[in-house]
Amino acid sequence: MRSLMDRCCSRCTHSPQTPCKDYVLCRRDGPFCHDDPECKRRRKAWLNSRFPPPGSGQRRLLVCGGLTCGAAGSFSLPEAFRKAIEKAGLEEQVTVTLVGCLGLCEEGPLALVMPERVLYCRLKLEDVAAIVEEHFKGGKPVERLLFRDDTGKTYPFLPEIPFYRKQQRVVLERCGYINPEDIAEYIAAGGYRALTSVLFSLSPEEVIEEIKKSGLRGRGGAGFPTGKKWEAARRVPSSKRYVICNADEGDPGAFMDRALLEGDPHAVIEGMIICGYAIGSDEGYVYVRAEYPLAVKRLRIAIEQAYAAGLLGENILGSGFSFHLHINEGAGAFVCGESTALMASIEGNRGIPRIKVPRSTEKGLFGKPTVLNNVETFANVPLIILRGSQWFANIGTKGSKGTKIFALSGKVKHTGLVEVPMGTTLKELIFDIGGGIKGGKRFKALQIGGPSGGCIPEDMLDLPIDYESLTGAGAMMGSGSIVVMDEDNCMVNTARFFLNFTERESCGKCTPCREGTKQMLNILERITRGEGSPSDLSLLEFLGQVVKATSFCGLGTSAPNPVLTTLRFFRSEYLQHVTERRCSAGECMALRRFVILAEKCIGCGACAYVCPVKAIKGEKKKPHHIDEKVCVKCGRCFEICRFQAVKRL
Amino acid sequence: MEEAILEEVVRIYRGKPEKLIAALLALQRHYGYLPEPALRTLAQELGVPLSKVYGVATFYAQFRLKPRGKHTVCVCLGTACHVRGSEQIFHALKRELGVEPGDTTADGRFTLEVVSCVGACSMAPVVVVDEETHGRLDPEKALALLKKY
Repeated sequence: MRSLMDRCCSRCTHSPQTPCKDYVLCRRDGPFCHDDPECKRRRKAWLNSRFPPPGSGQRRLLVCGGLTCGAAGSFSLPEAFRKAIEKAGLEEQVTVTLVGCLGLCEEGPLALVMPERVLYCRLKLEDVAAIVEEHFKGGKPVERLLFRDDTGKTYPFLPEIPFYRKQQRVVLERCGYINPEDIAEYIAAGGYRALTSVLFSLSPEEVIEEIKKSGLRGRGGAGFPTGKKWEAARRVPSSKRYVICNADEGDPGAFMDRALLEGDPHAVIEGMIICGYAIGSDEGYVYVRAEYPLAVKRLRIAIEQAYAAGLLGENILGSGFSFHLHINEGAGAFVCGESTALMASIEGNRGIPRIKVPRSTEKGLFGKPTVLNNVETFANVPLIILRGSQWFANIGTKGSKGTKIFALSGKVKHTGLVEVPMGTTLKELIFDIGGGIKGGKRFKALQIGGPSGGCIPEDMLDLPIDYESLTGAGAMMGSGSIVVMDEDNCMVNTARFFLNFTERESCGKCTPCREGTKQMLNILERITRGEGSPSDLSLLEFLGQVVKATSFCGLGTSAPNPVLTTLRFFRSEYLQHVTERRCSAGECMALRRFVILAEKCIGCGACAYVCPVKAIKGEKKKPHHIDEKVCVKCGRCFEICRFQAVKRL
Repeated sequence: MEEAILEEVVRIYRGKPEKLIAALLALQRHYGYLPEPALRTLAQELGVPLSKVYGVATFYAQFRLKPRGKHTVCVCLGTACHVRGSEQIFHALKRELGVEPGDTTADGRFTLEVVSCVGACSMAPVVVVDEETHGRLDPEKALALLKKY
């Protein structure tokens, strides 16, 4: 028995062709069809090697194989560890596995030693030998590779690290702790039990009722009650219905869905099958971005394994219920995050939204009733079934139940993937979990919800994370991207950046979005070039309101949000641009001026060397000067000068 | 143009107009871009008007109608990269390569591209060369990166 999925002996009667309702439970706690202590022992041995119990002497090293850690070099670590472990003769005691995202991306590549949960940060190939020698052989964690806070204090154990302490990881519970390419580990960790209980003990109506009672709302942005959506689709008489998972995570700054698909793809698949059972559908699609090749690969493996185990396909576990799942790769269009545009795309068309009466739950994909939820929403479903709607409803606030996963990035110290209960304040998220601002700079704003969201200033950081509070502030929950900005970020330029994005991504169907975003972008570009006038601000506000009120789909109705919120909360910065022609953050290139202070310049020539346009002239060891007519204001002289002789005006 | 690849794609998707995007992705994976003759054949075999094939191919950011260079240098201009200075990197690369996004250097070595987010926000700013993601860059490091290819 090399895997939990293999037959323990010849008496095991299970195969995908002979489905059995006890299959999932039997894998871990069985065998049930025959009694043999040896078969039980083999199962236990396999489980202990994957999930070593404390005190057993067994260890498992989990190397983060998320995109970020991978890019930082983690993919080559497992092989190096295996070799070193073999050399030390420890292959019986220590196993190594590449897993999904462990969360603290800033400190990657990460590796976690189980069962003691010692976390190693910023690993390099050179560190492998030390960990094997000192930790696996000597029993003492390698101090210099542990997480270290600003004061220099080290934290050996993951749960004690401030980044993890305030989190509540339930949807991400398995992410980073199991091999995402092995269905056996998902099953060993309790996976597919929710599906089993749904198929054999709940009616479709009861499943919908349970989801409704939990209070789960869509995690993709708008927050529509999931149970209500399922019920609506079930009610429409039809011989065919579809389930779609929206994994077209298009918000720049969002990587929650990528992490879930890379780290725990079966949770999403299980949620989709349960949805299929509840609404009476036998076919589903995962619409995933082609920009996420690793997520596509892991999802593909997961689907193949689920088919091989008989958990997808015809007559699942002998229940009579069938469900088929396809992957549909997107081709790069932000508007395809909009449900009707996404369906148009699956049908092979340009991703252009249609009017929403009838709703997708009545006439969706190929004209059939369709439920479309996002990745995180589906991943919540098995948890609700398994632990009960009451358990779920006890987490969070009155109107927003459960937890929410956020992708924390920008100028925050600990960038990464976090999961917190709804109701957590933005301050806790940025300062307690995120560790505050990098490099001793001052917090300026956070941008939540991607291009559809808004920018929230410092005095509003006590805002709790729930759908209504954020919408009230002119922002929105969105899918969960949070980008932190500090004093060096210009809010006008930030608004221009988002408009540039939405203008480019507008599908062009309706005039307010197509033309309105273009005009707003023109004005913002004018302002950042230093050519704006005070009347531009009211014009921007007016245009923003019109685009918001009259656009066809969610892209247009939310596109003005970054502009309107920055105008509301950071008006003085706009005024500085249009009256003083100044950008105090120094981000607006056209408004920058650089001069060399003669009294500080020692004439080292470093600035002249890096200047891409040779605008800096001067003799060696004598003060240099910048030719402003040639200067392209890139600021590389400013960054390279070690004597603070280059001044930004 | 290798005819065998086109034939294979046509064989899989013939008569399935809803598979247009999948077929285009498959073609691009092999050719690196979408050659016009292949699009004409595909339109015929799938049973969709050529105008629609062109419409779809120009709608989605992933598709390219021009051949690409040996290496693709893709600068992420997502929010997280933006706030950590990706615009400077983009300008530096643009100046160094002397091409606009979507275009290829005269020697055919590099094609410059931009993308709105690759989801590697925690190591922003990011540049993806071919399939390899490079993070925590500045203009200096980004230019040095080109020398590796």
